Amino acid sequence: MENMVDARGKACPQPVICTKKALEKLESNNSLVTIVDNEVARDNVVKYAKSLEYPVEVQQKQQDFYIKITKQDGIEPQLESRTRQVVLLSSSKLGEGDDKLGDVLMKSFLYTLAQSDDLPAAVIMMNSGVKLAVEGSPVLEHLMELNKKGVEILACGTCLDFFNLKDKLCVGNISNMYTILEYLLSADKTLNF
Amino acid sequence: MGPGELGEILCQIPSFDHPNLLVSGATMDDAGVYKLDSETALVQTVDYFTPMVDDPYIFGQVAAANALSDVYAMGGEPLTAMNITAFPTNCLSLDILREILTGGAEKVREAGAVIVGGHTIEDKEPKYGLAVTGLVHPDKIAGNSGAKPGDVVVLTKPLGTGIIATAIKGEIASPEAVKKAVENMTELNKTAAQTMQKIGVHGCTDVTGFGFLGHAWEICAASGVTMEVESSLIPLLPDVFDLANMGIVPAGAKANLKYLQDKVEFEGVSDTLQDILADPQTSGGLLITLPEDKGLQLIRELRNRGVLEANIIGTITESKSPKVIVKG
Repeated sequence: MENMVDARGKACPQPVICTKKALEKLESNNSLVTIVDNEVARDNVVKYAKSLEYPVEVQQKQQDFYIKITKQDGIEPQLESRTRQVVLLSSSKLGEGDDKLGDVLMKSFLYTLAQSDDLPAAVIMMNSGVKLAVEGSPVLEHLMELNKKGVEILACGTCLDFFNLKDKLCVGNISNMYTILEYLLSADKTLNF
Repeated sequence: MGPGELGEILCQIPSFDHPNLLVSGATMDDAGVYKLDSETALVQTVDYFTPMVDDPYIFGQVAAANALSDVYAMGGEPLTAMNITAFPTNCLSLDILREILTGGAEKVREAGAVIVGGHTIEDKEPKYGLAVTGLVHPDKIAGNSGAKPGDVVVLTKPLGTGIIATAIKGEIASPEAVKKAVENMTELNKTAAQTMQKIGVHGCTDVTGFGFLGHAWEICAASGVTMEVESSLIPLLPDVFDLANMGIVPAGAKANLKYLQDKVEFEGVSDTLQDILADPQTSGGLLITLPEDKGLQLIRELRNRGVLEANIIGTITESKSPKVIVKG
């Protein structure tokens, strides 16, 4: 059963206000149809729905507009521009001190990163860091998951050559210093390990 | 009425041409100017409207500040004023009428002018405003047509009174926004006008019903120039962006945008900000153009004298086809 707000013949801001009040009473995932009879009211009601990030459809019937809005569960408004983060791994181990501990921490770090909501734009591997992305690496599954979620995985080609691992790369792409530098310079924030 | 419809009607009406008529409706100016002698010219204007706030005393103040503003926008000093009033005497208490007229009278007094009379008619909805007469030196008229390439553009009050008035109608305006909007609308443009005349400017108008963009366009059309506006430098009243972003925008703003669609170019300006820049203002600030080397001096003096939100918001450039360019 759809809910209706007939805002025809009503002046600004009544179409938006009536829609707002009706949406507040509405349960999530239910729809509301607001009917308006002019383009200004249509644009304003559509804008209101969009400001809440609710899906909205407009149908024109003769001179009237039927605006269908579906209420969603607590969607947080997206930040206008997200900060662009890049993770630089210049070693296969996280931190200095004990190598075994470094392995454990790196595994834990990449696992946690892959589960995070705030994903980086890219993970770049240099020096022994490239060993994380080759056959037999204990963290391959986490890097693959990051890659699947849209994170660029870049391994330094010179480094793969140096360790003679170029044909063993299992996840992401072989990259060069120019590309890597571009990523680092265009990032708002670089996490360096 | 919107600028498009009004222009169509006015061009069909006989116009007046007289050596002493220095400024007429032809340049879409705020007030007419008639030269009396080489030292003195009359500035005349009339403005009235329906209530935009519930409080009748504040409505009176706003209507008077708005009517007086047209004289200030020409660089003049108001001298006399006459009340124009419509009131439903059968439905509303006469106390309300008294409050409206008291608010108006106090603003006229603050302006240093006097009310010499008025006229009231019976009407369903209250309306109030004033016809104001002022004086200006014929060589110091600050009209729409004075802007010159190389000028900087100064705006003396923040924008958003139309959007907040719409939010008040919808009962969703915050007390803070209402307070700031009322202060904004009741503030006379007296100090701004006197400061601008002391420093010397090229052009001026006040921002009212056609919105910031509409009045910016009037300057460009009358002066044959282009105005480049940095939208991030334009001061806004509290909550205005959020309200516009949720669709609390008066129909007048959309009408202004439609009329201006081939006169204004937006470069990376959000829909929300476009609505705000076209929002009809009541008793808005002065929009002044003056030589760049005087710009900072004007801003400093304005702020020292209490016009705190005045800002340089753009520049005037040479142009064969006048337009307003707004940068995001």
